[in-house]
Amino acid sequence: MNDSKKNSWQERHSSTLRTIALYSRTFSRNGSAMLGLLLVLLFMLTAAIGPWIVPFPEDAQGVIHMERKLMPPDHVHWFGTDEVGDDIFTRVIVGTRVSLQIALIITGIAVLIGVPLGISAGFIGGWVQELIMRITDIFLSIPGLILAIAIVGALGPGIVNAMLALSLVWWPGYVRLVQSKTLTIKNELFIDAATSIGASKFRIIFVHILPNCTSPIIIKVSMDMGMAILGSASLGFLGLGAQPPEPEWGAMISISRNYLPTWWWYTLFPGLAIYLTVLGFNLLGDGLRDTLDPKYRE
Amino acid sequence: MKEELLRIESLNLNFNTFDGDLQILDNVNIAVGRGESVGIVGETGCGKSLTAKSILGLVPSPPAEIRSGRILFENRNLLEMSERQMREVRGTKIAMIFQDPMTHLNPLFTIGTQLVDVILANRQQEYLEKPASRSQARDLAVKLLEQVQLPNPERQIDNYPHQLSGGMRQRVLIAMALSGSPRLLIADEPTTALDVTIQAQILRIIRDLQKEFGMSVIIITHDLGVVAELCERAIVMYAGQVVEDASIHEIFENPLHPYTRGLLRAIPHPGKKEAKLHVIPGGLPNLLNPPSGCRFMERCEHADQQCLAFPEMKFYGENHRVACWYSEMTSHA
Amino acid sequence: MIKFLIKRSLLTLLMLFGLLTITFFISRISPGDPAALAAGPDASAKMIEIIRKEYGLDRPIIEQYLIYVKKVLQGDWGKSLHSTHEVLIDLVVYFPATFELVLVSMSLAIVLGVPMGITAAIFQNRFIDHFIRIISVSGVAIPMFCLGLLLQYFVALQLNLFPLGGQLKMMTDPPEPVTHLILLDSLIEGNLEVFIEALHHISLPALSLSFPALASIIRVNRSEMLETLKQDYIVTARAYSISLFRTVAIYALRNAMLPTLAIIGLRFGWMLGGTVLIESVFDWPGIGLYAVDSVINSDFEPIIGTTIVLGFMFMITNLIIDLVYSYLDPRVRDQI
Repeated sequence: MNDSKKNSWQERHSSTLRTIALYSRTFSRNGSAMLGLLLVLLFMLTAAIGPWIVPFPEDAQGVIHMERKLMPPDHVHWFGTDEVGDDIFTRVIVGTRVSLQIALIITGIAVLIGVPLGISAGFIGGWVQELIMRITDIFLSIPGLILAIAIVGALGPGIVNAMLALSLVWWPGYVRLVQSKTLTIKNELFIDAATSIGASKFRIIFVHILPNCTSPIIIKVSMDMGMAILGSASLGFLGLGAQPPEPEWGAMISISRNYLPTWWWYTLFPGLAIYLTVLGFNLLGDGLRDTLDPKYRE
Repeated sequence: MKEELLRIESLNLNFNTFDGDLQILDNVNIAVGRGESVGIVGETGCGKSLTAKSILGLVPSPPAEIRSGRILFENRNLLEMSERQMREVRGTKIAMIFQDPMTHLNPLFTIGTQLVDVILANRQQEYLEKPASRSQARDLAVKLLEQVQLPNPERQIDNYPHQLSGGMRQRVLIAMALSGSPRLLIADEPTTALDVTIQAQILRIIRDLQKEFGMSVIIITHDLGVVAELCERAIVMYAGQVVEDASIHEIFENPLHPYTRGLLRAIPHPGKKEAKLHVIPGGLPNLLNPPSGCRFMERCEHADQQCLAFPEMKFYGENHRVACWYSEMTSHA
Repeated sequence: MIKFLIKRSLLTLLMLFGLLTITFFISRISPGDPAALAAGPDASAKMIEIIRKEYGLDRPIIEQYLIYVKKVLQGDWGKSLHSTHEVLIDLVVYFPATFELVLVSMSLAIVLGVPMGITAAIFQNRFIDHFIRIISVSGVAIPMFCLGLLLQYFVALQLNLFPLGGQLKMMTDPPEPVTHLILLDSLIEGNLEVFIEALHHISLPALSLSFPALASIIRVNRSEMLETLKQDYIVTARAYSISLFRTVAIYALRNAMLPTLAIIGLRFGWMLGGTVLIESVFDWPGIGLYAVDSVINSDFEPIIGTTIVLGFMFMITNLIIDLVYSYLDPRVRDQI
């Protein structure tokens, strides 16, 4: 009796720990994946503490300093200043937090809507599955950015509406992913075995199906974070997302394009920020897929 | 003694993996005569398939590495040939059929297209005229399919692999192999992926074709029944080493190597009452760090210190050689 | 095959109705009075009431939906407040420019992307592979509009190699409209000068628009080629000395193209969305620019109209891709 109590947490979860160790080792050997991880961590770090350590915090809200407008990069303003004299470096750094929030909300909502719908469709089957999948297909047949523009057009420009619109564009992807995975797992023998010993449907979903879905979901989330940032930046660029003086990268470029080519730094640095962030998430997502997806393991 | 067609001499093959070098083949020696049918027998993982693939140079060269040895075919060393020279050999002089016909045929092309491409790729044909155009090649393809007894070849030739049964697919592969009228046919587990009833048919086809064309045949299998059915001679391999090489009669009547005896003992006989199935205790050795001598050492009841040195081949008559220090003892056991 | 075509066409039709449902729904979710929206910001209260009656906005929602669908199918897509034309007329005028741009961009992406993917696979891990992979990884991350702006700045302005925007120079007369695609029409007319000018103008927009798709196609094609070349049937081809060209370019490529086709379909969708951005950057007179201007002017009907057109275009493209897929993969044909 005492022996079973002596089984430490480590021993009971030893196989999980071993799996995690194996994944970490495989992942760390992947150069581009590590680069992706680095960029993403940098992004997260900047978003977290950046706004506290920027040199000109009030510029993030668009305080006007006409006397130092459109100055090229120098030792004070590393990225130069914009058309109202705000420090671009500050705005790009604060914009990191804005982007992270947007991406998290969009992806979060998409997952919260898409995953349960997907599991329901796959698990229940029948007309429920048909209905959900048809609706999903219809949503997926409208080009994403177009649908977002239409929704924002209806609701009015603004950062909240942009996030809402993009969430509605993203959730169908998760339904498809989770539904097909659920179907595959449902047909596995061990589900029949579990049912025959009296496992309830809820137990089957939460203990068997959901854990097996987590890998593809994690991979997709990683890729989607980058795509969501691109999407919101695109809406911002069109003037449909974050509105000035909000320091969102896309919105900044929508204004900066009027100041090309002379005041080039105004476009370059936000653009670079978008590029590096999306690149990071893409590389990370690729690396996760190479590690977690058995089809891709060498 | 038949004239020698193929000789594998002292072949050593390694696999470079992340964890180290797997020493897959250790000093393999095999000879095949003209028109002879030889079976290479052993359990999964003993290296028989790799040995066969090495003949045609189909083993990807990283990660595989041939450390030493020669493969002589008609007195030329295949291992030293350039890629262009090998192309003269592949398909025309030596042809291979594979274990799973479903995965070895491209699902997106008709069997006719694939067969015609093989025919056109053959550099020389000895008994049939080399076709000049695709339509001539197609006619030849139909003839080949008839020879392997594929029903309704005119129609089937335009079918896709998934529309054929397993047995029919394997016949297509055999037709491909025949198209160059090869001198040596290598069949890698040709019936393992097929139903038992189809197995017999395929084996019969191979045997008939061998007799008709006088080809040498190497059959790779783990199934002693297949060997008994088709082969004049059997070579037993264990963990990358050749352990016994004898005529079929000798192998079944007078097995000398402990492993061979274990294999034969393990075959259950219907009608004979046995309390327990015989098993050979233990498992395959770790190929990263294999024992220096006989690799069967750990599982052998007769093993001792001497087995740390690889036993030389001992000859018992013209047709029987064994790699074991204790074969004398066991032959009278 | 015919059965498959019929089945898929019916499905597409059904999806079209689904599309109309969604656009209807979108047009009803805007805050405020839909009649006021349709009437425009300057309308008087009386105007709004007239509009309300005319559009049936006082009827129950199901009836409104049916009226809406009927109107769309009859060609009444509303009026653009900004251009004062019928939305459908506007769309017909602006659509060819977008169609031409998307066609050229997608062709560019496929014609460049597939060979680059194959090359990267064949020379795996050598310099050319790494080079191509860097392009493909970056390509998906660079924001399209940034790329467009960059090209505009460096290549067009600084180096003066390409024009800044538009389909043709201001003073140039477009060719006789036969297909309404300037590139095609100028060729039909035999007007080489205009053709070259149009080509010149479409280069930078097409390059920017195609880049993410190009990158994606390279990636998937490369990885699928690598997977395919490991397959058993390729070993068979090798065992029978089939030429390298035939093995790779004919056999392996077809197997690899199947997932590539799926990606092409997906990327086409993103490209349709991207036209909005690129047309905005390069002043390209297509429906993307039309939609953006409409949003800025709070002009609602054109946005819905554009959504329907682009959604429908995407559905047709997916139908075509499905057909090509089933042509290439005989196993799918037998399943239907």
